[in-house]
Amino acid sequence: MLTYTIRRLILAIPTLLFIGLVIFLLLDLAPGDPMAQMPLSIPPEVREQMREALGMNEPVWVRFYLWLYQFFVVEPQVIFDAIFGTGFAEDKLRILSWQFRSPVMDIIAQRVPQTLWVVGLAYVVGVVIAVPIGIVSAVRQYSIFDNIGTFVSMVGFSVPTFFTGVLLIVIFSVQLGWFPSIYDTTLVVTGWDSFLAQLRQMVMPVFVLALYNAAQISRFMRASMLDNMDQDYVRTARAKGMDERVVVLRHVLRNSMIPVITVIALGVPQVFGGAIITEQVFKVNGLGQLLITAIQANDLPMVQTLTFMFAVLIVLFNLIADVLYGVLDPRIRYD
Amino acid sequence: MTHTRETTMRLKTALLGAAALTALAPAAMAQPTERGASGHLGLFYWQAPSVLNPYLSAGTKDLEASSLMLEPLARYDENGTMVPYLAAEIPTVENGGVSEDLTSITWTLAEGVLWSDGSPLTAEDVRFTWEYCTAEGGGCAQLAKFEGVTDVEVVDDQTVTVRFDGPQPNPYTAFVGYQGPILNHEQFADCLGPAAPQCTEANFGPIGTGPYVVTDFRPNDVVQLEANENYRDASKPYFATVTMKGGGDATAAARAVLETGEYDYAWNLQLAPDVLEGMVEGGTGQLNTAFGASVERIEANLTDASPDLPEGERSTVAHPHPFLTDPAVREALSMAIDRTLLTEIGYGEAGRPTCDLVPAPELYASGNTDCIEQDLEGAMQMLEEAGYTDTNGDGVRETPDGEPLEMLYQTSTNAVRQDYQALIKEWWEQIGFSVELRNIDSSVFFGGDPGSPDTFQRFYADVEMYTNTFDGTDPQAYLSAYTCNKIPSPDSAWVGENINRYCSEDYDALIAELGETADLDERGRIAKQMNDMLTNQSHIIIPLTARGELSGVANSLGGVKLNAWDSELWNIADWYRIEG
Repeated sequence: MLTYTIRRLILAIPTLLFIGLVIFLLLDLAPGDPMAQMPLSIPPEVREQMREALGMNEPVWVRFYLWLYQFFVVEPQVIFDAIFGTGFAEDKLRILSWQFRSPVMDIIAQRVPQTLWVVGLAYVVGVVIAVPIGIVSAVRQYSIFDNIGTFVSMVGFSVPTFFTGVLLIVIFSVQLGWFPSIYDTTLVVTGWDSFLAQLRQMVMPVFVLALYNAAQISRFMRASMLDNMDQDYVRTARAKGMDERVVVLRHVLRNSMIPVITVIALGVPQVFGGAIITEQVFKVNGLGQLLITAIQANDLPMVQTLTFMFAVLIVLFNLIADVLYGVLDPRIRYD
Repeated sequence: MTHTRETTMRLKTALLGAAALTALAPAAMAQPTERGASGHLGLFYWQAPSVLNPYLSAGTKDLEASSLMLEPLARYDENGTMVPYLAAEIPTVENGGVSEDLTSITWTLAEGVLWSDGSPLTAEDVRFTWEYCTAEGGGCAQLAKFEGVTDVEVVDDQTVTVRFDGPQPNPYTAFVGYQGPILNHEQFADCLGPAAPQCTEANFGPIGTGPYVVTDFRPNDVVQLEANENYRDASKPYFATVTMKGGGDATAAARAVLETGEYDYAWNLQLAPDVLEGMVEGGTGQLNTAFGASVERIEANLTDASPDLPEGERSTVAHPHPFLTDPAVREALSMAIDRTLLTEIGYGEAGRPTCDLVPAPELYASGNTDCIEQDLEGAMQMLEEAGYTDTNGDGVRETPDGEPLEMLYQTSTNAVRQDYQALIKEWWEQIGFSVELRNIDSSVFFGGDPGSPDTFQRFYADVEMYTNTFDGTDPQAYLSAYTCNKIPSPDSAWVGENINRYCSEDYDALIAELGETADLDERGRIAKQMNDMLTNQSHIIIPLTARGELSGVANSLGGVKLNAWDSELWNIADWYRIEG
């Protein structure tokens, strides 16, 4: 198992380098100009000088090499310095964002808390709701509960978050005034009052996202349970006179979890990717909003760094899902 | 159509009511008298600021945010009149501040101004600001403000002289307006040239002389500020703390001020007039508008952009346009447009139909109105008389040479612009043109990529539409964009602001004359003449709508004077909470 993991990790390096190159070239070839958002009253000569100051006029290979060096050498040094108080990264040029003219990693670090709180919590809530619903729906197939569950998950699946989000705002912020429509990222939880405020501002975005996540995962859970319910080993278990509870929760559930774990694990990187639309609707301003504004502003270093980090997470969680297979199913051992 | 007119009328009534309320407010409710008495102010800038140093970004959102901390020597008030801020008075030739030969201007700083860290503002800071922006490799966004400046000389602690390389009839370019505030020379001393982006701390929290100091800045998210203890007016600002929040879109911003009342002020609410009207009924705020010099216009390409021409010759002066070079055709295009209807649908109260390239300030505005009335019959007659008739009966007129009047009409992707396109296409087809529409993502259209065929400078179309304006109140730089030497071409990598490829000796002579004239009335006369040459005399530029600023203001917020010539937050020190 360990050698397998190490082998996979080593294999991931060329994969990631290739992904990095593809992202870089795609961004470079795509049309767009970071100066496009400047007012037209800025004359063309000044724009040209600004582009030069951003380093845009260097050849593409130089810029890619520089980015690689900054991402894999300078930025880790900065983290190392921050932890141990050393000075390796002093005077070294970090990856600078074109819109902020400041290190992209600092901004990303600033955005992680609200994304994890809102999108991460929504994911956890979604999974916690979805798994039991999926199990009950499968065990009592075609019951009223199953039908309601199917209806709700279809709604969650097919109604886009920009609709449910705005609908909630109109009802609960504009009409009833219960929850704020704008997320305050500067709120620090220090006591009961601020905790309540934090809870109130998280209710709507978490609900919208959790509905969407739960809809997806509960369908997977239900389908996977149903697949296993008809298997021979289930009949054998029942024939042995086992309690139905044990049959479902021990035998069926454990086997049904294998594909669901993959879906859940592969969904985790999306949490870090933020929820672009939901973050915009509720003004959460996390990683999703950071990515979309960077794309709009043609801030290539920011877009490149963010998408590459998502790629790393996806490769990593793929590996985690594969390893979890082995844990859940003793028949699958990779060595 | 009647629905839209009704909607606009109701909106107008609402606005008038709001205006009346605002006018009565100060009389009924007393202004506070001490700093911080009004508590907390919430500003919503849906396009959130990215950096707080206006020399590193020219984006309006960044300039607005930085104007809370940083101040220029002088700025424009809501009427476009220059008022001294850090200067003691506005230097003129009469008071001796501007030299007789117009080659230098001497500013005297106001007495006793302190930076927010307590140190005094000196002439050295003014000189440093010039050095900072003109440093090699810094990519300063406001470099054009220092064009022609050869030196900024420190005379004494309170006096500084700006020297120009020649006579400068408008010497109020450097250090004036929110594009040119003074930086603290100690804070930015190590940030010259290529080092500029490395001074993150300074760029994210500049020490200023303005009413507020940054306490927390999260780029593209939120700025938190508190009153500057060293602000020169001891009783101001009235608000103790300010939050400037961003994110979402214009609809969300309007909702936060007009419907939920979570914020007090929302910037740039360019939304459909009927959407806004519905929100004003929410009752927590009103809309404010102010007009500057922004004009949405159609520009005609005087050269042939036909794809049949070889690359490198398309849209160049080597090939004149087959019919847009004829003034009669351009005039017919202008006559066919109902500007009043367009403006009502697209902008509501935030737009006014206009026939001028320079619609304001009054001194420079021609005030033409001859284009406002739509005249489809007259347009057809004009084409008929000029020899453009439909010879083959396909509904499209042909030139005397037999070429059909087919046009490609391009603009950037934006809901209002696509409405404009659809309506104008309809009218132009009624008078016998065939019109194809195209819209291009604004980051490409306004991006300067010389390799892209879709930029507005390259102009691979017959007509195109966008908005432009000028900084401050003097249109000289704006009007000088239409001189012969600024025609974009493959030789100049398509750099150049004269996108119509217009070239007139008379016009070039006038711009030279404007550059030597200091007398304001005379400048006004020349500018009006140039405006007329481009618009109602030749219709090279077909102005459509003068666009205003549109902001949402909470009913409980007093003292707001919306300013289209400078930062909307220019007088934020005077804003206060109306108790009631």
